[in-house]
Amino acid sequence: MAMRMWASSTANALKISCASKAPFALPRCFSTVLDGLKYAPSHEWVKHEGSVATVGITDHAQDHLGEVVFVELPELGVSVSKGSSFGAVESVKATSDINSPVSGEVVEVNSKLTESPGIINSSPYEEGWMIKVKPSTPTELDTLMGSKEYTKFCEEQDASH
Amino acid sequence: MVLAGWASWSFDFNSLNLDALKYRTQLKKPKLPLLTLPNSYISTRGNRPMTIRNNITVPLMNLIKLGGTPILQQLHLEEKLLRTSSLNWCIVNDGTNVPTVVMGMSGVPAELLELEPVIRDKVPVIRRFTGGGTVIVDHETIFVTFICNKDDLPSVQPYPRPIMDWSGLVYKEVFNGIGDFHLRENDYVLGNRKFGGNAQSITKNRWVHHTSFLWNYDVRNMAYLKLPSRVPEYRSARNHVDFVCRMKEHISRSTFIERTVEAIGSYFSVEPIKLETIGTQNIVFTPSTRLLSKEELSAAFGSQIENSCSERVLS
Repeated sequence: MAMRMWASSTANALKISCASKAPFALPRCFSTVLDGLKYAPSHEWVKHEGSVATVGITDHAQDHLGEVVFVELPELGVSVSKGSSFGAVESVKATSDINSPVSGEVVEVNSKLTESPGIINSSPYEEGWMIKVKPSTPTELDTLMGSKEYTKFCEEQDASH
Repeated sequence: MVLAGWASWSFDFNSLNLDALKYRTQLKKPKLPLLTLPNSYISTRGNRPMTIRNNITVPLMNLIKLGGTPILQQLHLEEKLLRTSSLNWCIVNDGTNVPTVVMGMSGVPAELLELEPVIRDKVPVIRRFTGGGTVIVDHETIFVTFICNKDDLPSVQPYPRPIMDWSGLVYKEVFNGIGDFHLRENDYVLGNRKFGGNAQSITKNRWVHHTSFLWNYDVRNMAYLKLPSRVPEYRSARNHVDFVCRMKEHISRSTFIERTVEAIGSYFSVEPIKLETIGTQNIVFTPSTRLLSKEELSAAFGSQIENSCSERVLS
């Protein structure tokens, strides 16, 4: 357990994403968790900057989902609610709901994901962002997990299965 | 050949009374398919009905058996139960009434279908709410669907691979001693031949895993489908006839259905229920699964011809 946390912290500090296909990959891959973001238990991240919150899915989520082949996103101006679905991704014959960590209005949608849904796998925290929301209740962010809490959450989830 | 008309189904799914069903299963003692204890009783975990079997709490699963129900109607029922019910469901539909093409959520008709014969023969084309590929189903297809609360299968993470692996265990039990069953990549195979297409939809707390099993099929219907661009590695460039097999060569319909229900009984306490007894209530739900219109298919055919002409010009 200690080795796993050390490796996770090191990977996190180096902003390394452990690719499961890498020849040097450990049998259990450690997903990247970035500082400065907030995390939902349904494995979405949110970055709050000024009046806009950017939302995507975490490295843990994209790793467990597999190759994303299609993304369904909302239209501009649509209202989203904390904990409710705003879209879906398709991977390995499955559609999986994506839930918004915050309530508010969608002010921007990542149109690149239509042509290149795999960006979510290769860059879940940067180019793979999904929507930008103008939060209606910014205090909702306080209920989300920080990076350390989310790292522990993921480890506990994976260990229990 | 298929001469089906354009279907417009009008089953009133707003009439399903799911809350009434919840109370029914909470109050009634279950008929346990396996060992039954004299003191077995219904309890609840959260809002989910449970029963006790050998001192272990086992979640309930409602079993709906259908026969020849239109696949669009079945998919609407599944989507509604996934999104608006908190109960576990197993739906078995023994065949559908007319041959129908069913695409996954992201399916593009121009890429997946031979649209000229589809339009000529008026084959219904559905886009379903789950992922995955395209199938053509008919009265010889057997459909099996599991709709589960993730917390009622705590050892199964709510992601595609773990759900698929769990379903593989269920069907391994079904085919135990009958056929060389495997889960190969994402397909169910007997030997190295696929006999069923499966797909999933996963929400925050629930998921559906459904399969269309090829108990038998008309090879002429395969002519409506193009060879998909994404194929599993184990297909090894085989054509459709060499890649798939008929389940009827291994097991009868009734035995397959019986053994599937029995296998599910290892994980749930299965409670048969008739669809018409669920009752009525105003639950408004708009499914995303839908029948594609003639206009949409014609437009897709137009783009298919354009692309074909462009390829000829470039080559």
